[in-house]
Amino acid sequence: MTTEQATETAQRPHPALWGVLYRSSTPFWEAVRRHELSLQRCAECGRWLFPPRPMCPDCRCAESEWVPVSGRGTVHSWVTYDESPHPAFAAPYSVLLVELEEGARLVSNPVDIAPDELEIGMPVRVVFRDEGDDFTVFLFERATPDAQEEPASAQ
Amino acid sequence: MLSEYLERRYRPERRPSPEANLVRDNTAIVGIGQTEFSRNSGRDELDMACEAIKNAVADAGLAIEDIDGLEAFTLERTSMPAIVSALGIPNLRFTSEISFGGGASGANVLHAAAAVATGVANHVVCYRSLNEASGHRYGRGDGYVGYLSEAPTLHYGYYFPFGFLTPLAWAGMYAKRWMHEYGIDPDQLGWYSVVLRENALRNPKAVFNDRPMTHADYLESPMIVEPLRLFDCCVDTDGAVALVITSAERAKDLKQTPAYILAAAQSCPPEQEIQTSYNRPVMSGLPETWYMGQELFRVAGVGPADIDVAQLYDPFSFGALLQLEELGFCERGESAAFCEGGDRIRPDGQLPLNTSGGLLSEAYIHGYNLIAEGVRQIRGTSTSQVEGAELVLATGGPGVPTSGLILRR
Repeated sequence: MTTEQATETAQRPHPALWGVLYRSSTPFWEAVRRHELSLQRCAECGRWLFPPRPMCPDCRCAESEWVPVSGRGTVHSWVTYDESPHPAFAAPYSVLLVELEEGARLVSNPVDIAPDELEIGMPVRVVFRDEGDDFTVFLFERATPDAQEEPASAQ
Repeated sequence: MLSEYLERRYRPERRPSPEANLVRDNTAIVGIGQTEFSRNSGRDELDMACEAIKNAVADAGLAIEDIDGLEAFTLERTSMPAIVSALGIPNLRFTSEISFGGGASGANVLHAAAAVATGVANHVVCYRSLNEASGHRYGRGDGYVGYLSEAPTLHYGYYFPFGFLTPLAWAGMYAKRWMHEYGIDPDQLGWYSVVLRENALRNPKAVFNDRPMTHADYLESPMIVEPLRLFDCCVDTDGAVALVITSAERAKDLKQTPAYILAAAQSCPPEQEIQTSYNRPVMSGLPETWYMGQELFRVAGVGPADIDVAQLYDPFSFGALLQLEELGFCERGESAAFCEGGDRIRPDGQLPLNTSGGLLSEAYIHGYNLIAEGVRQIRGTSTSQVEGAELVLATGGPGVPTSGLILRR
């Protein structure tokens, strides 16, 4: 995606358009397209591999599997843009770093949580939003402690 | 297991001994040169690079014919052959370029010194030239989106769709976590910026030479990306800086007091990303700076308490604060308190910092101006001279594969 395209259409920058560089991440975005959150895991030692990579840095096994994860986690950190750097995003908007129950930390945006309501440690869960015909993003909404407990037992 | 390295295991026994390090004490920075630092140079970057190199070579008391090596960033957008053609460098036999943006500043000097110490070249020039203010601004989001389509920075694909587009926000994510873990009072921040501005007011070449700033001004400056403010940010600058490196032996006969390279090091620990290493166990630190510091102090045979003045790569004030902790100048979570009131970090303090005004208030020449200021401290010619400065530490960009130097008089 060029800068010009981004400005004209004011779309979110779209990783699927960045081509071959992102091949290792294709299963991740394909799962998101199906409204699933899925992470790469080493087939040998079970280490989570995020961001995705060609082999496990612990046991150097090149075999891996993509495993659906719960989509639940907590806000590990966050920032709020008071000036927008990009036409697709209207300030103020917040960016979350969510620590999933499985341990990986994902960057995302909050849904229906105002910047002044955000707190480190806040429980959140994933939701999906289709953007146009070919792109889906994952976002996080507030989770109640109850909603946390129920799926946690399914781990 | 690789995982143990995430817990920071620096193993000297796996590294060459300091005695085997040919750079150590055998090489020196002997020339520094620069252009005007401005907000709109009206010149191209090639033009500025040539001026800075010419000035650095003259400063060293050398001729262009003596230069046989060139060192630059991969980010550099001037053409090396065009520099050779413009300056008429007839004897070039060594070139190299280093990636990772500002993390490369000390690494350029290391590679130049390694070429000199191993007899590959005699006099190597390192240079950085950029129209950061009037041209390509690294702090802006659109620039990165375009850059991404051609750069192997895989992980950004996980961040850009969420408007997480700019270095200030990437740093802010660390800053928020650090403030949370250590209970940092936001009002404690800002003293670093204030002291650097004081230094810039004494430096006629600094971009912010005529713009005083108080701590109250800092607290009133707008939030750009909460928790970081406008006055936490470096100053977009047009300009160029060049450095000349040669052997300690040759340095003795040159024009200036040599700044001997006591140690130079690079680091790239596991789970390193370009400013976004959020999947490390602990996020409130900079392992790359920690590893680099361990190596610097081990090779140099000195400790943090021996450093007379430090020039910390400060794209944002917060990045310098974390480096103070990682380099052992204060305890973890104590850097804001260390800088509070400013006395410890002023030129007459316990650890004077960024005496030319740093990237925040002098110029953002990707750390090259910090190394030049380190050389001036060794020579005794800084506009904020630290009395009796003998050991100077200078760092490359934090949050990326980084590098650093310890210079001695």
